[in-house]
Amino acid sequence: MIAINNVHKTFNKGKANQVNAVNGITLDITEGEFLVIVGSNGSGKTTLLNLVAGSVFPDTGSISIDENNVSKLPDYRRSQWIARVFQNPVSGTASDLSILDNFRLAAIRTKAKGLSIGVNDKFKQQVKEKIATLGMGLENKVEQSMGTLSGGQRQALTLLMSVMDSCNVLLLDEPTAALDPRSAEVVMRTADKLITDFKLTAILITHNLKDAYNYGTRIIQMSEGLVLRDLNNKQKSDLKQNDLFDWFA
Amino acid sequence: MDFYLTTVTLGLCYSALALGIYISMKIFNIPDITTDGSYTLGGAVTAVMLTHHQSPYIILPAVIIAGGIAGALTGLIHTKLKINALLAGILVMTALYSVNLTVMGRSNIPLSNLPSIFSSVQVVTDPNQNTFWILLVFVVLITFLIGYLLKTDFGIAMRATGNSESMIRALGVNTDRMKITGLALANALTALSGYFFVQSQDFADINMGIGIVIVGLGSVIIAESLINWLRITSVWLSLILVLGGAVVFQLVLALTLAIGVDPNMLKIVTAVFVLLIVSLPRLSSLRSS
Repeated sequence: MIAINNVHKTFNKGKANQVNAVNGITLDITEGEFLVIVGSNGSGKTTLLNLVAGSVFPDTGSISIDENNVSKLPDYRRSQWIARVFQNPVSGTASDLSILDNFRLAAIRTKAKGLSIGVNDKFKQQVKEKIATLGMGLENKVEQSMGTLSGGQRQALTLLMSVMDSCNVLLLDEPTAALDPRSAEVVMRTADKLITDFKLTAILITHNLKDAYNYGTRIIQMSEGLVLRDLNNKQKSDLKQNDLFDWFA
Repeated sequence: MDFYLTTVTLGLCYSALALGIYISMKIFNIPDITTDGSYTLGGAVTAVMLTHHQSPYIILPAVIIAGGIAGALTGLIHTKLKINALLAGILVMTALYSVNLTVMGRSNIPLSNLPSIFSSVQVVTDPNQNTFWILLVFVVLITFLIGYLLKTDFGIAMRATGNSESMIRALGVNTDRMKITGLALANALTALSGYFFVQSQDFADINMGIGIVIVGLGSVIIAESLINWLRITSVWLSLILVLGGAVVFQLVLALTLAIGVDPNMLKIVTAVFVLLIVSLPRLSSLRSS
């Protein structure tokens, strides 16, 4: 599904503050795989995810999604395959817009945003039914602005928004980092359920080793812009939670 | 009565400008001051075409296109060359002064006794009232169009662009193109204000746009204070409040003059008035806490 081929990315090249974020990573992520990425700060996890999303372009190497070379395709054009959940709940939703308007944009992620009115009663009903599946009681607040909700609620809605339109790849960049433990658990469970139900190919970056242990079908550890360890589903299920802690010792 | 009528008419002239500022400042979150130049541009194009005996109905699209190009230029400089929006606006505004002077050929064009949009249709016999009614029809029409636009999928994407750029890019919107379109629309509206003003006042002047951005800002800020205070989320109500803001702003200025304040002090009164409106919510919350 996603093929990353010998990708390099350096920021501030030739200056004193040069950062070699990604140093020649080759990674094949098959369809339906749920890849978890762990690694200490500055190991290049987020840069790798941004490279896949198209927020930054590789210096050398290539990236393809579903057999299409997307190395130079900007993020807003890769949205035909990719949905994203950001670390900061504010980045993934528009605070001043109503929940309904946010969902409308998500529902036409892969389509043109035209000059017709798409928010009608039928759509509203659809959104309410979707939101009701979260069990957060938000289905009666769809006219409220997104900004009135808590971070956890917004992350859960962002997840739901990602499957409003056809979606192949879901990128989760520390989606629970800004949340309290309980909201974090709800968000991770929702994510796992959506990934299974919609057979998504997913990449999760996390610093929470418990989540890394509990979720996903493959795990890699990154260090200094390279893949240090790469465990498939079988190896991952044989892994013990303490082994994971030892990786960072 | 005539006093109020001329003031309200002037407010209506400026309401397109206020809607333009509302779009650039509130919807896109971009402080755009191309306004001073694009307003005069609208007036210059109108005056020159009128003196060449063109129909006001042909001038209308020409003015919209001229303003749109000015705004798109600011947008291009801001997004493609990554130049601060404020500076991009100043650059285009400065350049437009020469453009406007070239278009006009001289610094002032009188238009009395020429047919205008306000003399083309006779609704009532009194010319001042006639101007008022025709303007009102135009303003209602423009407001309706903008309101509809903001409700469409494209409009929601516009509103999201100024609100959460990372989100809207992830949802497949080219934010650069969206901002250029938005600034073009905002300045097309501003130019439209110039078109109305020139025909209602029967002259165009190269300096007519100096400081006009504060009129738009003031109107939007009056509206915004009410929007926040009354917790309004409806797009329609917000737009109507912006129109109301434009009229109220002119009324305040007219009343200031009427009570005998020196006209030389008008700009300082304007500045203090806008300052007052902006700081009122904060001052009242300070007092209550």
